[in-house]
Amino acid sequence: MLDVRGLKKVYEGSGRRTEAVRDLTFTVEARELVCLVGPSGCGKTTLLKCVGGLLRPTAGEVRLAGRAVSGPPPGMAFVFQEYGRSLFPWMRVGDNVELPLKQKGLSKQHRRALVADALDAVGLTDAAGAYPWQLSGGMQQRVAIARALAYEPDVLLMDEPFAAVDAQTRADLEDLVRRLWRERAMTILFVTHDIDEAVYLGQRVIVLSASPTVVQDQLKVDLPDARDQVHTRVSPRFADLRTQVYEQIQAAKRGETVLKTDTPPLH
Amino acid sequence: MSRVLLRLVLLLALPAVLVTVWWLASAGSTNVYWPPLRTILQAFPDVWTADRLRSDVLPSLLRLAGGYAMAAVVGVALGTLIGSSPRVRAVCEPVLEFLRAVPPPVLVPVIMLFAGIGDTMKVAVIASGCVWPVLLNTVEGVRAVDAVMAETARSYGITGVARLRHVVLRSASPQIFAGLRQALSIGIILMVISEMFAASNGLGFTIVQFQRGFAIPDMWTGILLLGLLGFVLSVVFRLVERRALGWYHGLRASTRRSR
Repeated sequence: MLDVRGLKKVYEGSGRRTEAVRDLTFTVEARELVCLVGPSGCGKTTLLKCVGGLLRPTAGEVRLAGRAVSGPPPGMAFVFQEYGRSLFPWMRVGDNVELPLKQKGLSKQHRRALVADALDAVGLTDAAGAYPWQLSGGMQQRVAIARALAYEPDVLLMDEPFAAVDAQTRADLEDLVRRLWRERAMTILFVTHDIDEAVYLGQRVIVLSASPTVVQDQLKVDLPDARDQVHTRVSPRFADLRTQVYEQIQAAKRGETVLKTDTPPLH
Repeated sequence: MSRVLLRLVLLLALPAVLVTVWWLASAGSTNVYWPPLRTILQAFPDVWTADRLRSDVLPSLLRLAGGYAMAAVVGVALGTLIGSSPRVRAVCEPVLEFLRAVPPPVLVPVIMLFAGIGDTMKVAVIASGCVWPVLLNTVEGVRAVDAVMAETARSYGITGVARLRHVVLRSASPQIFAGLRQALSIGIILMVISEMFAASNGLGFTIVQFQRGFAIPDMWTGILLLGLLGFVLSVVFRLVERRALGWYHGLRASTRRSR
């Protein structure tokens, strides 16, 4: 469904050349839930923006359902970390969810049905007439998820969506994503810095190296599909997988240190 | 209920005190230029008859409305254009700063040269003064569109006219309204000034006529009327703003609460 091949992103500006992403190749199959996890500052957001067509990669390509991505494709929907800045505060919740559908040129009736269905799926039917800022952080992120759902994307891209909400809300939202993924047979690429979250959510975890980013390791999460916060997180297999990811990330960080001592200082 | 009453009292207290002070201080005045407030208020209904409101106040208001509307449309349109592109902004900025620094009243004689002394001149003067705060505030507002919101819009295919209408202009609307508010007071000033230069009717014209005819109490009634007019317009403006920017005030209140 989603093919990332040889992706490279170099930022150039004011005499400084920063290689954020060096060489990334991975695929996401249809109906798969893949988590990308890496040390902080490893270019996860850059990577996701390249995948979503918001940034043009320096080299390599992204293909969605066989077609090269050159700008934001209609088959992708984004959920950003900063829900407060991603929802339009001048629009009510229902209008926020509906606006992208208007751009798709759907009929009013069709739009209404999609909006109602999406809000229902995230448990916010009653909030359609509220403004986003009248809702809690967790509810706002649900609205952003509803907006993505209503858009009916081939692939849902989520950029650390739960990094800014409290732990309990976060657990609820994780279960919501799992449930929506299973019920709606969606394809999700989920970026996080949280190892537990990656293992709990994903079918597969791709561990990224420190910047400039390459794929450090890939793990299949062979936990049962029916997961819950209480039992899954204490199962021996979960602990095992978690340890593996953790060790890979530590190795990634060490790799960065080795690299730095090898290269002469820049200044 | 008692809170509404208290607010009303607080609102009216200072004006009442000022009027009383004026009334008492001027009560025994024999100075021709400072007539007692009583005399001014007595003259008011005689001067501002329905006839005069139609022949002098209405034309003034129409000129103000015309110039203000023109400034609003041109200011928002140009401001959006300039604010959207760093390159256009870089080219325009020095010129804008210069033009903004020119006091609009000095343009009256210049505008008279090519627009004559009719209504066109007055509308042009008002528009040329009002356009700057609208334009510059719109530029700032359009520039300041949040990066995440812009990316959200882009990722959901909200581009072109829809982006302008639903994202850029809405996001810039608090600044645009700030500009419109400044423009309103500038507009009233220019309305009066343009009518003082060359006119055959209008509020400014009438006040100057009274002054030249030594009808001093009548002149004062005109000044009072101008003050009242400014007050009413600012109340109307605030009502419109509250409707259009309800979301913004709500958003600000909610971020204040969560801090």
